[in-house]
Amino acid sequence: MTDLEKLQQDLTTWTTKVEKANEKYPERKKQFVTGSNAPVKRVYTPLDQKDFDYEKKLGLPGEFPYTSGVQPTMYRGRLWTMRQYAGFGTAEESNARYKYLLEQGQTGLSVAFDLPTQIGYDSDHPLSEGEVGKVGVAIDSLADMETLFGGIPLDKVSTSMTINAPAAVLLAMYIAVAEKQGVSADKLNGTIQNDILKEYIARGTYIFPPAPSMRLITDIFEYCAKNVPNWNTISISGYHIREAGSTAVQEVAFTLADGIAYVEAALKAGLDVDEFGPRLSFFFNAHNDLFEEVAKFRAARRVWAHIMRDRFGAKNPKSWMLRFHTQTGGSTLTAQQPDNNIIRVTLQALAAVLGGTQSLHTNSRDEALALPTEEAVRIALRTQQIIAYESGVAETVDPLAGSYYVESLTDRIETEVLQYIKRIDDLGGAVKAIEQGYIQQEIQDSAYAWQMDVEKNERIIVGLNKFQIKENPPKGLLRVDPAVGERQKQKLAALRSSRDQGAVERTLAALRNAARGTDNLMVPILEAVKAYATLGEICGVLREEFGEYKPNVMF
Amino acid sequence: MERKIRVLIAKPGLDGHDRGAKVIARALRDAGMEVIYTGLRQTPEQIVSAAIQEDVDVIGLSILSGAHNHLFPRVVELLKQSGAENVLVFGGGVIPEEDIPFLKSKGIAEVFGPGTPTSKTIEFIRANLKRPLN
Amino acid sequence: MNDLIRACFSGDVRAVARLITLLENGDREAYAALYRLKDHAGRAQVIGITGPPGAGKSTLADKLIAQFRLRGLKVGVLAVDPSSPFSGGAILGDRLRMQGHATDPGVFIRSLATRGSLGGISKATHAAIRVLDAAGYDIVLVETVGVGQSEIDIVRVADLVVLVSVPGLGDDIQVIKAGIMEIGDIFVVNKADRDGADRVVREIRAMLELQAQLRRGQIPKGGPDTLAARAPEFLHHTGLAEGWEPRADNESGATGKEESITTPTPGVRPGAGTVSAALVNQEAGTISAALTIAPVLKTIAETGDGVKELADTILNHFETLSRTGELERKRLESIRYQLGQFVSNEIAHLMSLPELAAAQDELARKVFSRKMDVYSAGLALFHTIIEQGASHEHPQT
Repeated sequence: MTDLEKLQQDLTTWTTKVEKANEKYPERKKQFVTGSNAPVKRVYTPLDQKDFDYEKKLGLPGEFPYTSGVQPTMYRGRLWTMRQYAGFGTAEESNARYKYLLEQGQTGLSVAFDLPTQIGYDSDHPLSEGEVGKVGVAIDSLADMETLFGGIPLDKVSTSMTINAPAAVLLAMYIAVAEKQGVSADKLNGTIQNDILKEYIARGTYIFPPAPSMRLITDIFEYCAKNVPNWNTISISGYHIREAGSTAVQEVAFTLADGIAYVEAALKAGLDVDEFGPRLSFFFNAHNDLFEEVAKFRAARRVWAHIMRDRFGAKNPKSWMLRFHTQTGGSTLTAQQPDNNIIRVTLQALAAVLGGTQSLHTNSRDEALALPTEEAVRIALRTQQIIAYESGVAETVDPLAGSYYVESLTDRIETEVLQYIKRIDDLGGAVKAIEQGYIQQEIQDSAYAWQMDVEKNERIIVGLNKFQIKENPPKGLLRVDPAVGERQKQKLAALRSSRDQGAVERTLAALRNAARGTDNLMVPILEAVKAYATLGEICGVLREEFGEYKPNVMF
Repeated sequence: MERKIRVLIAKPGLDGHDRGAKVIARALRDAGMEVIYTGLRQTPEQIVSAAIQEDVDVIGLSILSGAHNHLFPRVVELLKQSGAENVLVFGGGVIPEEDIPFLKSKGIAEVFGPGTPTSKTIEFIRANLKRPLN
Repeated sequence: MNDLIRACFSGDVRAVARLITLLENGDREAYAALYRLKDHAGRAQVIGITGPPGAGKSTLADKLIAQFRLRGLKVGVLAVDPSSPFSGGAILGDRLRMQGHATDPGVFIRSLATRGSLGGISKATHAAIRVLDAAGYDIVLVETVGVGQSEIDIVRVADLVVLVSVPGLGDDIQVIKAGIMEIGDIFVVNKADRDGADRVVREIRAMLELQAQLRRGQIPKGGPDTLAARAPEFLHHTGLAEGWEPRADNESGATGKEESITTPTPGVRPGAGTVSAALVNQEAGTISAALTIAPVLKTIAETGDGVKELADTILNHFETLSRTGELERKRLESIRYQLGQFVSNEIAHLMSLPELAAAQDELARKVFSRKMDVYSAGLALFHTIIEQGASHEHPQT
């Protein structure tokens, strides 16, 4: 008989023996599952990978289907970008934090905006009351953007901006700031998140309904392809979907389904798939189950490569490569015994690195309580640096390749992702699935099941439902100065009185016209931004023309 | 017929994270309560108006954006102005412990931070209703 | 209690809300106080909105409220959602889509859970309608759970029912029996921007025509079989039903008798199918002049398209109902229903009293040990209830 047949026999014998012993000394649990409740076997053997075809399933690094990584040398060539999401209060304060992080060795900037900015409201809008500067920096106009990047050479840094519904406006502001620095748009490097579908699904900072939102997105694709070629025009996100409670499989499935919707929208708008394909990027989460997370990243790369090549017929290999940023999972961190979070983040960062991420944000230990202090964020950065320089995992590409367990996990996740994608296709695509609440319901069900598992102690969270201690409330948390709101209002008043009101009105009128037609909106937005029209004014015009999104809420 | 505990779960302000609000809504439903969910981006005025029309026993305010010190007291103030004093108001989300005494002084009965089991919230509601069950 | 009632009349929102809660809880004093009023009812126009889940009822209601407000009308809304059969709790999610009206003093929105009622509305819904009526709301919208086999109680409490359907519902169609077409006074095809909307409109109209023909004793071309043959496919497409079968009393054509349109057929709501031609949507075209059927309208609730026309149609329909005496007949029937409910509530209440529960228990044991037969036991219980009822104290106000 073959080696495998013999192994099968031996495995059966071995299993019988083990299960007999288990009668007397049972295993720790009746059922072992991954972080996403998928069953985990006692041992994985070559039998689980009988049909393993290296070149078909993995491909050499940098080769189709990129399961092991999108570059041939990966971290041997260049380490992942250490990019800590930051921003709060005023542009001045954020500017100081950015300079601190760059000094400490961070290699890319990541901008967090406050909620009014993300939802297209100025700091003096009634709904902005109490929210200004709280979860990110308040940007009301180009003036604030100039302050934010004051003294930071935009031709030398790469900047990721977590902005979605008004992404076009913030991108225009960034381009305008660079121009003033004497840096032409074609030299700019960075990303805008610009993923409206996941806002509808999980994050909630939408403004306009799907159709005009898709138009804004494809306008950005088109504009950047010509004028800002090194810019990643979208970061198709699974992070928030996972934070909303989805499983690892759902995280990948719904993200890739959204990706499919964006590609289809761009194709419909007349763009060539290889024109925008290479600039699509992704954003994933990293939770605690190390091997499942690694498998998840590998499966995502494999599935997307096939989608772009086989479903959309892309010819440029760059279009086939799924490049992604990872953030460690905020929802996994506890308010109880916050130092434990440093360990959680380490494991999650390790998973992201073993999974081949292009850039990484590590959360700070006080994540469940407040925005991070300088000290906390430094430790988070050091976590990445220690993994990079001391652990050895970055010295070779895809070190877990060939593990019977990891390859089996990768295969299983791939299969289940494809099932979800088919289901969503049957519903008419991601936009329709969202309209019908299908994606949201799936996520919610997972979220509820998770919570119940934790409350029944079927899932252990150290410090929360096991190994608890009596603790005092933590001290020294970051507090956003409540006067930020007032300061922004004053700045706005000053701006409104000092700018050329005629130019503002002209450019806003031109924007309104363009919104009613089919011209690329980036151009009139740039003009309005340069005339110091505020974000609220620009989005106000678009709100009037496009309407506002009304969500479909499922239970 | 019987008396049910009616709860309004609201998301004040611009915060779009509704995982917790939806989980608690479901948990309360499974505990036999009638739950009205307002959806996102609610002003204190909208929340209080809904609470009065729905004649709820409890309001749960969920917020993760840090704007709680401004928005929560506003809700309680409006409730008082409208004469709806018998409503139990609790909060949840990302709310630093050091803010809790202030919130309590403004009429928030309790704040349930990250990691609170839903059973704890349910027990609290049952034990602290301002209008008797019978 | 009197203070509370008085406060309701003056439109005090808290009082209205409180009273509805008491009614929901079965507070007999509240029911007595409310039902003792003779004069403060009948002003409000009660509109039922029903249809399968996913049809967009709440979004449509939200836009309708805006339309009525534009015309200066005060609107009360009762949105009914199902209670969980396991826990008895409920998530009432309709309000969400109407929250834009939360701070409009001319709008009152209340979410109700069915609390075990199977008819699509809750036991207290009718009473809640009366409260809103008494509080001065011009329009009361009642949004039901959905439409299915037995969820047609809306017919008994509304003056006018708007039946909302959507094109292309696919597999998730609720299965209902014959009678669904009888429920609607106005038919709306929502999400009309979807494929198949026009076909759905045509098929609903065709269905209504066939129905009207049959009712007049006219045998439609192709015979009565046409109805049965077309029904499943048509109803499948509209998401209204599957397995629909024509009922015996529709086959009046077989006897050749002209069925008077003013004599209600058992189970069939009078009025359905007799709306004047003026209300028929102009795009009709296919309808023969001799037949008049209910209006069938297209809307896109999300954008508000077609909702103004729907509001106009609804208000015009009321005028017609009043003029033709239909409204009177509906309200009479509704009152008859209420009286029936009142009596069964009283009996249920009596049965819950310890003396009667004990009597029932004793009789049950006698039957079980074969000391008595079921009939005699039943009669004995019945007489005990009557005696108890006579001497029982009812709430005074």
